Amino acid sequence: MDYDKLLSDTVKEVKFSGIRKFFDIAATVENVISLSVGEPDFKTPWAIRKEAIRTLEKGKTAYTANSGLIELRRTISSYIERKNGLKYDPEHEIIVTVGGSEAIDCAFRVICNPGDEVLVPEPSFVCYAPLIKMAGGIPVTVELSIKNKFRLTPEDLKGKINERTKAIVFPFPNNPTGAVMRRNDLEKIAEILRKTDILVISDEIYSELTYGNDKHVSIAELEGMKERTIHISGYSKTFSMTGWRLGYLAAPEPIASQMLKIHQYGIMSSPTISQYAAIVAMNDCEEDVQRMKNEYDARRRLVVKGFNDMGLTCFEPEGAFYAFPCIKSTGLSSQEFCAKLLQSKKVAIVPGDAFGESGEGFVRVSYAYSLAHLNTALERIKEFVNELKG
Amino acid sequence: MKELVDLLRKNARLSNEQLSTILGISAAEVAEKIKKLEDDGMIIGYSAIINEEKLDKNAVTALIELKVSPQVECGYDDVAKIISQYDEVDTVQLMSGSFDLAVIIRGTKLRDVAMFVSDRLATLDGVLSTTTHFILQRYKEKGVDFAGDSADERSLVSP
Repeated sequence: MDYDKLLSDTVKEVKFSGIRKFFDIAATVENVISLSVGEPDFKTPWAIRKEAIRTLEKGKTAYTANSGLIELRRTISSYIERKNGLKYDPEHEIIVTVGGSEAIDCAFRVICNPGDEVLVPEPSFVCYAPLIKMAGGIPVTVELSIKNKFRLTPEDLKGKINERTKAIVFPFPNNPTGAVMRRNDLEKIAEILRKTDILVISDEIYSELTYGNDKHVSIAELEGMKERTIHISGYSKTFSMTGWRLGYLAAPEPIASQMLKIHQYGIMSSPTISQYAAIVAMNDCEEDVQRMKNEYDARRRLVVKGFNDMGLTCFEPEGAFYAFPCIKSTGLSSQEFCAKLLQSKKVAIVPGDAFGESGEGFVRVSYAYSLAHLNTALERIKEFVNELKG
Repeated sequence: MKELVDLLRKNARLSNEQLSTILGISAAEVAEKIKKLEDDGMIIGYSAIINEEKLDKNAVTALIELKVSPQVECGYDDVAKIISQYDEVDTVQLMSGSFDLAVIIRGTKLRDVAMFVSDRLATLDGVLSTTTHFILQRYKEKGVDFAGDSADERSLVSP
């Protein structure tokens, strides 16, 4: 069997993510303390789990409507209205997906003709560029800079937009940097996009984990932007439901109706039990979300100060649950820093370049861990940095 | 104040500096608040949560249910105070329900605990009866899961 001939060139050309590679190395070291996990350490709030159990007991195990239970879509619609002041028609503009990831995949597939370009700000989550390629599009990197706190600025977009540009990914709050876009930052970008037919694919999976007094703002909230935005979010991070595989998208009807075909033929419908549980999550779990957010916030302060104190400058992340300290002062590359730290102190963190070349010189540190765990890990990293200084 | 207490409840070993970072107030303020909590008797002590069985595999802990006849004026207080004085006694609580005092006792041998109950507790004036329950396995104490980080089932590294 000639597998090489069998397999699609497009798929073969896509590389495994740098995170995957790093996982393989970390797995060979015993008793590793990890700060590398991109998912909450909290268990799903009990009310949500209970609803899932109840759903099973009642035997509700059939497919749902392709776009999801109508009760859930109505709940999502009012949730978005409550959070962002945006109105989406639950019948025609909302689809319940298998995590935010599936929504992102559908978004690229619904817009890409061969050769179409999609702008991807980096550093960012690893799935965008591979999914764009597999959808037949061309990812165009937009490098974000520490000097702008990794926010997207109009200058970053210079020379990137042309007649083939179909869309821009909006990954804020950002994994891995923790950067957020505040209303005035968004306004500057919206000003450019309003004059174009460029679609915004707004991945807002971390929106509820925004720290400080100002809450998250979706770019769709800005004047004239809702019609050119696919709003994507989900339950994984907000409600600690990663394993439930449930997310959603909200988009103008002409886009959503085409996306539904991709979802319908590829997936049929999202997990039924998760969908019932998600209704409870959105309606009854605000307090749980607040409690988890407060806990993340406490850890965030500790981690950021920890890195700054050991001489690795760390800008203040205002969203998600990652810190992104700069390790350039050590003279090591991100890969070298992480490999050496793993070997000598058995602490696993992810090299920043796994999230795009502009992540070089940084490392991603997840604080989805207990304070005690974080303290132990920080202590070891500090020892490591001191030993490097000699 | 509640935030500070909650943090100390989970981990009393956080330094004032760490607490100040977490809470976003100065270390001096943290010290001041803790002193006030201590002075007001809201924090009455600090202790470690020990996995006794790891420390000494013969160690025994028992929960003793005591039925006590309350006394005029002082109710259960006198008996409870006497019991509290013994070093073997870890916890003494007045309970609602079918018995009165719950006493937790720690010993190095099963026999020590049994003898303590029959010699010291059962003989006290006012104690009507005792029921001893030996603790077989502890899963969680003061909010700490004995399984520790091994309870983390997440993958080591994920995107």
